[in-house]
Amino acid sequence: MVSAMQEHTDHHGEAGHAHPHAPPAKDEKIHSYYQVLGLAIKELLIDKGIVTPAEIRKAIEFRDSITPAMGAQIVVRAWTDPDYKRRLLDNGSGAIREFGLDMGGTQLVVVENTPTVHNMIVCTLCSCYPRAVLGLPPSWYKSREYRSRTVREPRVVLREFGTEIPASVEVRVHDSTADMRYLVLPMRPGGTEKLDAEQLAGLVTRDCMIGVAVPQSR
Amino acid sequence: MAAFAPGDRVRVREDYPPGHIRTPVYIRGKEGVVKRNFGTFPNPEILAIGRDGMPPKALYEVRFRQKDLWPDYSGPDADTLDVDIYEHWLARI
Repeated sequence: MVSAMQEHTDHHGEAGHAHPHAPPAKDEKIHSYYQVLGLAIKELLIDKGIVTPAEIRKAIEFRDSITPAMGAQIVVRAWTDPDYKRRLLDNGSGAIREFGLDMGGTQLVVVENTPTVHNMIVCTLCSCYPRAVLGLPPSWYKSREYRSRTVREPRVVLREFGTEIPASVEVRVHDSTADMRYLVLPMRPGGTEKLDAEQLAGLVTRDCMIGVAVPQSR
Repeated sequence: MAAFAPGDRVRVREDYPPGHIRTPVYIRGKEGVVKRNFGTFPNPEILAIGRDGMPPKALYEVRFRQKDLWPDYSGPDADTLDVDIYEHWLARI
């Protein structure tokens, strides 16, 4: 189990960068102090019999099984079922249990985009992210640049993502500093009345649920 | 009994103690409005030193005007920022 506190510190363990050009057969080099620390703790936990390698593998497999497609399903349900939308906005953690998802030690707060408010999510302290519904955060979400600039000049950041929010719409940034995890409920785009749930879900990208983009009807 | 209710104007404590503090530095000393009370949670400042986080602290969603945080903010006056803040970091104005 990953506690909120671990989540609040685990960006320090961010390990170097990928080498897509490196030959696959070679062992990866260990880069950072925190990566070495992480491995040492893992080995100690195994040696002391607190966890088994199989449990660690299963936990990683579970993490990897959650993708933004899960969040998209939730958004589409909210778009198409007003009662579900109400439950989701009232109590996000409870409403996602209907999809078999569990927030663990944190709570999910769903914030709704409207014609007058556009929401955007960041964690300036580290990289808190609604992992239970979106999976692991993209690397830019954890970058110092995104974290520091989103609270300071959100509209400039949005523009760099190709997202222009009219000046008449309030941009509301949520800095997830504590036990809450945020998910943006985007607005359903016009011209999508005839789309089925699967087609609608195709419009709801990860970035729309972080609030750096808005769904586009194709 | 919660110390603050939605609509209350509050100021974030301007204090810089050592340790694991969840109140971002950029809002310390700033004024905002309580929007919601999320209930009580173990105090992360106590959890961080390996204890039980007791007594728990009420957690509030507090809304700030961007213009109050950054005098040179380039966006519209209506833009806001919400931060979750534990009760002991807030004082009524």
